[in-house]
Amino acid sequence: MKLDAIRSIWPWLFLLSMSIFFEVWARLAYDASFLFNLFNIQSILTFATAPLLLGIGVTFVIIAGGIDLSIGFTMGFAAVVFATITASLGGQDPLVALSIGIIATMLLVMIPGMINGWLIAGLHIPPFIGTLGMYGVARGMGFIVADGVTVPVNNPILFQLGTAKVFGLIPVPVLIAAIVVLIAHFVLSKTKFGQYTYAIGGNREAALRAGINVKRHTLLLYMIAAGFAGLAGLIYTGRFSAGAAQAGEPLLLDSIAAVFIGGASFFGGSGKIFGTVIGALVIAVIQFGLVFVDVEPFWQFLAVGIVIIVAVLVDQSRTRLSSGEK
Amino acid sequence: MLEVKGISKHFGGVRALNDVSLHLDAGEVLALAGDNGAGKSTLIKVISGVHAPDTGVLTYMGQPLNANSPLQARNLGIETIYQDLALADNLNVGANIFLGREPMKPFFGLTKVIDRQKMLQESREVLHSLDIEIPESSLEQPVRNLSGGQRQAIAISRAIYWNAQLLIMDEPTAALGVPEQRKVLELIDKLRSQKIGIIFISHNLNDIFAASDRILVLRQGRVVGESKIGQTSREEVVSQMVSG
Repeated sequence: MKLDAIRSIWPWLFLLSMSIFFEVWARLAYDASFLFNLFNIQSILTFATAPLLLGIGVTFVIIAGGIDLSIGFTMGFAAVVFATITASLGGQDPLVALSIGIIATMLLVMIPGMINGWLIAGLHIPPFIGTLGMYGVARGMGFIVADGVTVPVNNPILFQLGTAKVFGLIPVPVLIAAIVVLIAHFVLSKTKFGQYTYAIGGNREAALRAGINVKRHTLLLYMIAAGFAGLAGLIYTGRFSAGAAQAGEPLLLDSIAAVFIGGASFFGGSGKIFGTVIGALVIAVIQFGLVFVDVEPFWQFLAVGIVIIVAVLVDQSRTRLSSGEK
Repeated sequence: MLEVKGISKHFGGVRALNDVSLHLDAGEVLALAGDNGAGKSTLIKVISGVHAPDTGVLTYMGQPLNANSPLQARNLGIETIYQDLALADNLNVGANIFLGREPMKPFFGLTKVIDRQKMLQESREVLHSLDIEIPESSLEQPVRNLSGGQRQAIAISRAIYWNAQLLIMDEPTAALGVPEQRKVLELIDKLRSQKIGIIFISHNLNDIFAASDRILVLRQGRVVGESKIGQTSREEVVSQMVSG
């Protein structure tokens, strides 16, 4: 009981200590404030949206005891598909072009999700292997669609959405991410769909015996993960007015790290959307913080890697303690 | 309430059950004893609809039971409790009792959400009606924090909550410590007093003699002995189990 409490508090402690760490560093080295700076906060939040969106999708999958390694390149695939379609409709009304681009991309991005779900739920391929295959397929498809280059798109509405700030304060991508967070939290904590996601991760056999359609549910979970990757791809293209196949490449590690830092169990059955939110913020603070104090960017990978290992160690020690082993 | 007549079941060349008959009354506890491979598991799978028998007739509450329909069996109130497969460890007591059949309540007229308050309330009531003691503070914790006996009791109360009339228990005490075993046996007693029919498989003769009314001994797919507890002895049962 106390362990569960510690588990839900520790991501917050981690976020707090990281923030203080960079605040002290910035003050000592540059006599500047890291946190009490609107631009920094906006940047960190914007930074966090992509790993957060990917992380939310994969939170569902991880709670149900699976994993999805393909989301990073699915995001890249979505980004180039979106850019290509919207750019090719350049002669149309910008709103029409944008709407068609969004709808077509979200439909197309369901295909890798459906294939993942079918491989895992239908053909019983281990999630790690099935989605690793899709990692390659989505990567290849992204580069093929983009012909190996970055696809620029010149759509005034998209440009506005990608860069504007609501009330001059909240970047649009952050607002979209916040709305999505609330919806995902609602689904996971209040609906049967969420309940069955936890049940499948806790005891697949019990879920089957309780009459839950585990196959269909698993298929839907991988489609959700792909859908969030698609949304992240749309936002990427909006922010940079261009789609790139490698857009999500570094984000796979970041997003899965966010889920585990947020307290989800590697063994399935537990995890929370707000945990993943904190996890994504931790990652963003580390990455933006290192840039802010002018450390070479390669250190980001190292720092995030260490954080993942620490998060999984915490999960293991918790699991061991609760099962009574030493 | 249950009448099984002349059931036989083959798996390829193996004769798992050979002309097995039994009957069970409401509020009666029947123990199935026998060595490994004697046919106990096959017999309960036939009763719960998992396997269709090759020959023989099953009658439940005066109605013929459709062979090979676990769903029909469950809808008629025949529930099977398995050792470890029953509960999702990460969910709380109420979530497990209601798993797959969650009560819903409206959410601002927009959609429906799971009614956790009701799940908690109803779980509390069914546990209370069966004299199962689970501390209030544990009701909303994942059931992994509970003892093996408490978890077994939750699986049983789930069956009872959903109107099980006939409970089939496969080794209900096997993985439990002695005080916990005693609790489960007390629970079986309580269920008997509520007119639930119970069939339980056990290797443990102490449990069988402590909890059941009648004992049916199987050996190599045949019924080799049937006696009331009190009219038989451990020695007799053991000799039936090994030599028929």
